[in-house]
Amino acid sequence: MIIKDAKGFLEFVYEFYKTMKAHEITLVYEGEITHQITKAFTSLTESNMAKEEEAGSVQRKVFHVMVECLQNISKHADDFASNDYMYSGRGIFMVSKGETEYTVTTGNAVDNTKIEEMKNLLENINSLDKDELNELYKKQIKEGRLSDKGGAGLGFIDIKRKTGKRLEYHFLPINETISFFLLTSTISRV
Amino acid sequence: MEAIKIKGTEDTPNVILDAADNIMEISGRSLPEDVSSFYGPILNWLTEYSKKPNPKTIFNFKLVYFNTASSKLILDILMKLEDLTKKGNEVLVKWYYPEDDEDMQEAGNEYADIVEVPFEQISYTS
Repeated sequence: MIIKDAKGFLEFVYEFYKTMKAHEITLVYEGEITHQITKAFTSLTESNMAKEEEAGSVQRKVFHVMVECLQNISKHADDFASNDYMYSGRGIFMVSKGETEYTVTTGNAVDNTKIEEMKNLLENINSLDKDELNELYKKQIKEGRLSDKGGAGLGFIDIKRKTGKRLEYHFLPINETISFFLLTSTISRV
Repeated sequence: MEAIKIKGTEDTPNVILDAADNIMEISGRSLPEDVSSFYGPILNWLTEYSKKPNPKTIFNFKLVYFNTASSKLILDILMKLEDLTKKGNEVLVKWYYPEDDEDMQEAGNEYADIVEVPFEQISYTS
């Protein structure tokens, strides 16, 4: 990147900083999600929560949700060779901390052909109560097989079980063949 | 048979599988980069052990965290222990959980429901 207008750029950075503050964003990242990145982000967030003396149960839930979200991107984000800004395993990852809750948000590109199946999966999980969700978890852990990338197909179920809240998601079209998939999970601090 | 001793790291658990001393334990955190390659040798060890098991097998789980990919492999370990039970061997799974960690306790209850193997839940102060 060549900065032609340094002042304008620095003003943009300040606006960006203010936006982050306004939305209480404590961590934001765009790029490839590797195992190293997963370890770095979880340990960073963990030490911040420990320093702020967050309740143990909240710390554990945030840790769980972060790991599953990050691994979702690293295992599922689609590869679009034609778009040089989007590679397999890339995406946006964001953590924000409010007065009453933490939110963990991810965004990554998915092929449009997968949207229907993903929506069905997410809607099904959202429609289940606690006991039904536990049954689905047991069924999936018993009958499911580990994917080539080492996923157990339990991530979304686990996030809903840990947070007790709906999986809020959105698909935004990028072009005719791909969309941007956004998912946000909320962990209550109280 | 040769023992397996793996020192735990921030993302892989501490593992001791020692037939001679009759100690079997997995403890700590489990979110390995590649669950299959981490747990593969453990499952193979159990397959070998099952051919000539000790009179009594106690398997200790003392995990503080595991991701969903690991949860599948933990079930695979428990299923090996279930097979051992079905063949008439005495087996006991001890599932340790921090006393304030309901989710880890619940995870133990769930496994106990899924597999038919004597299962003991033990809380400890972390």
